[in-house]
Amino acid sequence: MTLVLRLIYEFFKTGLFSIGGGLATLPFLYAMSRSTGWFTTSDIADMIAISESTPGPLGVNMATYVGFLTLGVFGGVVSTLALVAPSIIVILIIAKILDKFKESAATKKIFYGLRPASTALITSAGLGVAKLSLLRESLFQETGLISSLFNWKCIILAAVCLAVYKKFNLHPVIVIAGAACAGILFAM
Amino acid sequence: MKKYLQLFLIFAKIGAVTFGGGYAMLPILQRELVENRHWVTDEELADYFAIGQCTPGVIAVNTATFIGSKLYGIPGGIVATIGVVFPSIIIITVIALFLSNFAHLAAVKHAFNGIRACVTILIADSVVKLGKKSLVDYRCVIIFLIVLAISMFTSVSPVFLVLFAGLAGFIVCPRKRYDPNGSTPAEAKASFSGGVSAEKTEQAADRKGDVK
Repeated sequence: MTLVLRLIYEFFKTGLFSIGGGLATLPFLYAMSRSTGWFTTSDIADMIAISESTPGPLGVNMATYVGFLTLGVFGGVVSTLALVAPSIIVILIIAKILDKFKESAATKKIFYGLRPASTALITSAGLGVAKLSLLRESLFQETGLISSLFNWKCIILAAVCLAVYKKFNLHPVIVIAGAACAGILFAM
Repeated sequence: MKKYLQLFLIFAKIGAVTFGGGYAMLPILQRELVENRHWVTDEELADYFAIGQCTPGVIAVNTATFIGSKLYGIPGGIVATIGVVFPSIIIITVIALFLSNFAHLAAVKHAFNGIRACVTILIADSVVKLGKKSLVDYRCVIIFLIVLAISMFTSVSPVFLVLFAGLAGFIVCPRKRYDPNGSTPAEAKASFSGGVSAEKTEQAADRKGDVK
């Protein structure tokens, strides 16, 4: 029983203080690894790899994984819920407040600035994924050849995805599934 | 009850295909919630993402809570959030049970290289849609470029960028963006209680015009 409470406490704390995306949970996970011994730092490295190749945010995946290691399936569910509980509480409060003030000039002025910023942050994240996916920086640094910088297979796949997505107005999920199959088929 | 089940299923679907961080959920949110169901607008999505950046927790969860609560209040927020994390719980539990070397499987690596290439395109498409709605004038474009440059070339936390942009918006927002003709005098007055006196006079003059 105390173990359950400890799990809830640790992940609630992580959820409450990790602000600004999945990687913000990392310092908390390292600290948790040291103080509880529930998992090792190499478990964290594995989990980052798994999170990169499964859907869902790193924080959520890590909570499920650690909870599972300590208390089985039940532990996984409890830890994950503890992790998201602070977000739910904070966002519900903000949503309530926003609803009240959404017609005020101050709110409109603030959002006038927030929307471009939000777009910029998403653009930046998208460019990060693009760099990781479409370019091969390490190979380029080794060889120094411009031709080795571009990951042609991925660039072609991206172009095909764009064409198909726009032309047939497909659901994004279908395009993603298609790209996964293409990745396996062409050993990308 | 049915509406909650529907909400849960939509967010479970989104959670199941959100590869590559919370931003990758944007194309699916746009399709499912903006274009197909008209539950939220592109502008609202941008707002939720901005707020999600500077509140605790991961973006995907924050956005789900926001949209759920906008639709059906507090229970909606909780249902949408549980929906979005549900696939992760199942997938990670299965991996922990059976596939300890999952991330090292060749097929998995190939599949995810393919997915990543595709997500690049989907995010780009979303950004264009969002940009059309959020970059309404040159001031917005400047804020966009500043935030983009800082977030790409430095490691400044997005929290500060969002706070900066909110402040910038507060200072530079032109009147027509927050004071449409429909606003009542009481609201206009309240919003200017701390404003510059010159603005107040201008506002008052404007108000007279409206009454006429």
